[in-house]
Amino acid sequence: MFELLGIPPQVLFGQLLLGLINGSFYAVLSLGLAVIFGLLNIINFTHGAQYMLGAFGAWMLLNYLGVGYWWAVFIVPPIVGVTGIVLERVLIRRLYHLDHLYGLLLTFGLALIIVGFFRQFFGVSGLPYPPPPLLTGGYNLGFMYLPNSRAWVIAASLIVCLATWFIIEKTRLGAYLRAATENPTMVGAFGINVPLLVTLTYGFGVALAGFAGVLAAPIYAVNPNMGADLIIVVFAVVVIGGMGSILGSIITGFGLGLIEGLTRVFYPEGSAVVIFVIMALVLLVKPAGLFGRGV
Amino acid sequence: MKKIGFILASTASLLMAGAAYATDVKIGVLNDRSGIYADIAGEGSVIAAQMAVEDFKATDKGINVSIVSADHQNKPDVGSNIARQWYDTENVDVIADVPTSSVALAVNEITKEKNKIFLASGPASSDLTGKACSPNTVHWTYDTWALANGTGSAMVAQGGDSWFFVTADYAFGHALERDTTAVVEASGGKVLGAVRHPFPGQDFSSFLLQAQGSGAKVVGLANAGGDTINAVKQASEFGITQGGQALAALLMFINDVHALGLDVAQGLVLTSAFYWDKNDQTREFSARFQERNAGQKPSMIEAGVYASVLHYLKAVEAVGDKDAAKVMAKMKEMPTDDPLFGKGTIRADGRKLHDMYLFRVKKPDQSKGPWDYFETVATIPADKAFRPLAEGGCPLVK
Repeated sequence: MFELLGIPPQVLFGQLLLGLINGSFYAVLSLGLAVIFGLLNIINFTHGAQYMLGAFGAWMLLNYLGVGYWWAVFIVPPIVGVTGIVLERVLIRRLYHLDHLYGLLLTFGLALIIVGFFRQFFGVSGLPYPPPPLLTGGYNLGFMYLPNSRAWVIAASLIVCLATWFIIEKTRLGAYLRAATENPTMVGAFGINVPLLVTLTYGFGVALAGFAGVLAAPIYAVNPNMGADLIIVVFAVVVIGGMGSILGSIITGFGLGLIEGLTRVFYPEGSAVVIFVIMALVLLVKPAGLFGRGV
Repeated sequence: MKKIGFILASTASLLMAGAAYATDVKIGVLNDRSGIYADIAGEGSVIAAQMAVEDFKATDKGINVSIVSADHQNKPDVGSNIARQWYDTENVDVIADVPTSSVALAVNEITKEKNKIFLASGPASSDLTGKACSPNTVHWTYDTWALANGTGSAMVAQGGDSWFFVTADYAFGHALERDTTAVVEASGGKVLGAVRHPFPGQDFSSFLLQAQGSGAKVVGLANAGGDTINAVKQASEFGITQGGQALAALLMFINDVHALGLDVAQGLVLTSAFYWDKNDQTREFSARFQERNAGQKPSMIEAGVYASVLHYLKAVEAVGDKDAAKVMAKMKEMPTDDPLFGKGTIRADGRKLHDMYLFRVKKPDQSKGPWDYFETVATIPADKAFRPLAEGGCPLVK
C-alpha cells in the first residue's frame, strides 16, 4: 500500500476531514470575535463563556422544558445574544471611549464570574446531552467513519459563516455597520441610530458564540470549563487571521483546524501548541495578521 | 472582685491544663478545585476529611484538628509552592489527597524533605511506592498497577489480546500506559501502538481515529476525569465499539459515569477501590456525604481521604504526639480498619492494601435511578490487587 509520509492515505484523509470539523468550530467562534472587534473595537474575552452558555442553554431546554436539539439550534442563539445585549447596555458600552485594555479586563472578569457561577451549580464533570436521532449513526466514507453529528457541524458552520460574511460585506446593513465604525458621527447625521446598531452587532457576535455552543453540546461534555479551554486557541486564530477581518477569521479557522489535525497524526504531543507557534511566526512576518489591514 | 478574679484564674488554669494535653493537628487538603478533577476530588475531599475528624470525635480525644484547603490547578509548580508554604509558615502537619500524579510526585519530595506526612488518596502513579517511594507517604486508594492489573487482565481474559493506547501526556498517563502494557504482555497480548494527547484535552476524534485505524481489539484510555468523559463520548460517536473494538477506560470514577449517562457508558469495565452501594456502612456514609456535597455520591478518592485521615488520627491518638516518624511507624504497625475499605494494612513502601473491585457499568434498564451504576464482576483480593513489594524497586525495602 502506498503511504504519504509514513501515514496510510485513509488515515490522512480522515484526519484532514476531522481537521475541517474542528476548524468549523474555530471559524464560527473566531467569526463572532472578529465581528465584535472589527466593528466595536472590543476584545471580547467573555466569548468562551458565551459559547458555554449556548451549550448549557441547549441542555436546559432539553432537561427543564423537554425542548429538543433542533429547536435549540434556533432558540438558544438569540437568547444568548440577548444576554450579550444586556451586558453591552449595562457595562461594556461605558468603555468604548477608553483603551482596549479596559474592555479586555472587563470581559475577562465577566467570563470568570459566569464560569464560576456555572461551576458552583453544575460541577465540572459535565452533563450528558444525548444527540437527536437524526445525528446518531453515520456514514462509512471508505477512509473513515463520518458521524452524522460531525457532518452537520461542518454544514451548519459553513452556512452561518458565509451568511455572516455576506451580510457584512455585501448588504446595505453591512455597509452602514462598517461606516458607523469608521465614523459614527457622520453616519448618525444621516439619521441612523448608531448606538442601536452597535448593540445589535455585539448581540449578533454573542449569538454566534451561543450557536457554536449548541453545535458542541451533543459532541463534547456540556461543562462550565468548555469555553475556557477553547477561547485561547480561538484568540490565536483571530490574531493569525488579522484582528477584525471577517474573511480572515473564517479561512484561518478552517485552515488551522486542518493544521492541528495533521499535527495530531505526525506529532500528537505538539498539537496543543502548534497554533501558537504559527501565531508567533505570522506575527513576526506580518504583524497585522494574514488578512489584516495594517497595524 | 475577688470572686471574679478567682473564676478567671481557675478558668485560665483549666484552659492551660487542657492545652498541655491537647495535640494540635493541621491537615491541608490539596487538590483540583476548579479543573477537570474537581468533581472527583475537590470540595468533596475537604468534606470527607471533615467527616473523618467528626466521626473520630477528635476533640473529645484531646486532638484539635483544623483543616485548610487549596487549589493546585493540576500544575506541579503551583502545588509545590502551596505545599512549601503550608509546611514552612502555616504549620501544616499533613497534606491529604493531591490528585494529578505530576503534582503528587512533587508534594511527595517536599514532604520527605520537610519530614511531614503525605496521605496520597488522589494520585494514581505507582511510582509513589516504587522508585519515588518515601518514608513519609502513604499511598491509600489505588494506583496505576492496580488499575492495569484489574481492567487490563480482565480485558485480555475476554480475548482482547491486542491494544492501542490513548494516553494523557503527563506522569499519570505514562505510568498507566506502562503498567498496563506490562500486564497485557505478561498475559500473552501485544501492544500495537499508543498516541499521547495533550492534557487536558477536549477533542479526541483524531486520536480515536488512529486507534480505530490500528485494528487493535482493545482501545485503552489511559486518562481520567473530563478527558475520559470526552473520549468515551466521542468513541461512541465514531462507532468504535460498534466496529468491534472494545473500549477500556483504565481509570473511571462514578462521577464520570454520572456525567456520561448510562446510554453511553453501559458495558464499560472498570477497576475501583470503592463503591457507595457496597454494604450498609458504605451506604450510610455515602448518604451523609451526599447531603453535604450537593447531591454527589463519594468517589473512591474522597472515600480514601476519609479513611486515610481517620487512620492518621488513630495513630496520633495512639502515639500521643504528632511527630512524623512516630506517627508513620504507628500507621504502618496498626492494621487499618474503617467503614469504607474494611480491614487492611500499610506496607513498608507506603502502599495501603485492601481489596479492589472489577465493576461493569449497568445498562439503563438495570439501573434503579441516579448513582445506581455498577454491578460487581469480581473482587480482587488485597494480596493480588497491588504490585508485590519486591517488584516496585522502592529503596526503603532493599
